[in-house]
Amino acid sequence: MGTGSSPCASCKLLRRRCAKDCIFAPYFPPDDPHKFAIVHKVFGASNISKTLQELPVHQRGDAVSSLVYEANARVRDPVYGCVGVISYLQTQVSQLQVQLAMAKAEILCIQMQSKSAVAHEVQQMDLSNKSINGSSQLMNISSESFWA
Amino acid sequence: MSTSYSNLSSNDSNPRRCAACKYLRRRCAEDCILSPYFPASLPQRFACVHKIFGASNVTRMLQQLPVDQRAQAADAIASEAYWRVQDPVYGSVGVINLLQQEIYMNQRELARTQAQIAMYTAQQQPTEVTNFGPQQDSVTLERTFLEFNHFPNLF
Repeated sequence: MGTGSSPCASCKLLRRRCAKDCIFAPYFPPDDPHKFAIVHKVFGASNISKTLQELPVHQRGDAVSSLVYEANARVRDPVYGCVGVISYLQTQVSQLQVQLAMAKAEILCIQMQSKSAVAHEVQQMDLSNKSINGSSQLMNISSESFWA
Repeated sequence: MSTSYSNLSSNDSNPRRCAACKYLRRRCAEDCILSPYFPASLPQRFACVHKIFGASNVTRMLQQLPVDQRAQAADAIASEAYWRVQDPVYGSVGVINLLQQEIYMNQRELARTQAQIAMYTAQQQPTEVTNFGPQQDSVTLERTFLEFNHFPNLF
């Protein structure tokens, strides 16, 4: 009977003999009856069996885990199930993308302001250099006129 | 599930049968609970749902809901069935994983960008070297120095 002497949770619930090669036994141990009960309620034992049979053995564990997750979501929210979770996450993604776009725009603004500030400084220094040169010439002229 | 084989040949071309009843090869009653949500024009929608959930489970789930919530529930069930058919291992949980990864990457990118903003903002703070006043910048200071040192006779 499955992996141990007691029938697996699925065979217990379905009230049948748990064969040695029971497809459910590895994934629905007898100490967790709720796990199979919930997937059976949402998907049905025969659908789960068909799903598992179509998968290679090494992927069945993950498939059972995701089926249990989906079944739990559907029991918690009979209208939207997992789709409710997906909608919520999609909203989060959209909000983050807006925040990211705004932050990147802010960086661009800062960079542009910084460039224009540097250009302004360079321009001002250039102007002040020209005025110094101009004044120096004036001083030379005035000193020459003093000794003249 | 009632099946009316005597009507089968006449109902084969019956346009009023919903996709569910067509698939299940049964007469589509006037009060068929699946008919509003599984129109004949979308046969694949019911085929997916039936493969994953089964017609009786879907019928039971919809019956347990108020009528005004059944359309959303049918859409959600159809979406979950579609994702499970596309990805038999993870189904809609695979979609959830992808979205969680995308959220994580966006959060990291946002944190990095905000750190850059903080760095730029800190770099642009004025330096505290002067007693000339809080508003003076380095360009104005330099001009003042030049004026004082090069035009002594004018003062």
